[in-house]
Amino acid sequence: MFRVTRRYRFAASHRLHAPQLSDEQNEAIYGKCNNPFGHGHNYVLEVTARGPADDSGRTLDPGRLDDLVARQVLTPFSHSNLNVDVDSFAGRVPTSENLAVEICRRLKDNWPAIFPGEWPKLDRVRIAETARNIFEVKTHEID
Amino acid sequence: MLITRKVEFSSSHMCRRPELSEEENRRIYGPAANPHGHGHNYVLEVSLEGEPDPVTGMVLDLKELKQILTRHVVDVYDHRFLNYEVPPFDRVVPTPENIARDIWQRLEPLLHDGRGRLRTVRVYETPDLYVDYCGEQPCSV
Repeated sequence: MFRVTRRYRFAASHRLHAPQLSDEQNEAIYGKCNNPFGHGHNYVLEVTARGPADDSGRTLDPGRLDDLVARQVLTPFSHSNLNVDVDSFAGRVPTSENLAVEICRRLKDNWPAIFPGEWPKLDRVRIAETARNIFEVKTHEID
Repeated sequence: MLITRKVEFSSSHMCRRPELSEEENRRIYGPAANPHGHGHNYVLEVSLEGEPDPVTGMVLDLKELKQILTRHVVDVYDHRFLNYEVPPFDRVVPTPENIARDIWQRLEPLLHDGRGRLRTVRVYETPDLYVDYCGEQPCSV
């Protein structure tokens, strides 16, 4: 059994602001991240699959994973304002926790169309907002 | 406790199977099927699990682990064309999965004497693609 991890990058902006809270509360909780004009990051995304190697000696075809990630994540997210341009974050704070869950859900939902067999399975998604802030969600933690 | 040592080696390889046609090899392996080969700066991370010795405070001296990795992996793989020069890759396609398994098989007999047990072999083919192998059992961490 192998785990195969592929790393991707995208740049996006966001603003952390919870609509249920007052402006003062938002500023107290999110600080600089609450700036109304937003700010951005160079996100680094790692997508991990697991499974046995097939006759080709590989667990998956990295090109097919690249296509899936490009279509579901990189194209819609890259050079976007997450709050404005990505419908999933309408009314939901685009923290990197929520971003990791959103990416994992998109990949999980669209996985069977790309990898229809029993293997490989999507194992986890890991996102680095900066080199120092890293968030990881395993597929089984997603509904 | 897990301890990890990192080493590097540079090798060339090609991913193709002789029983398949040129078109099939290109379809499955893409540019990696080029029969003239191509190369990577591989990075190997080997993690051992164990308890620190009560006197030395070490699971296994990382200097000693480095010597094992150098002798049994780097000296074997580095600056070699894996398909031509490093068995079993004369008959096994040197994908990062198969490289990770071969390294595991080389190291596992040397690293289960109680001081530190081999837990994970991680092979970076490039900074953006890596494979973990933990033996027959799935990786648990």
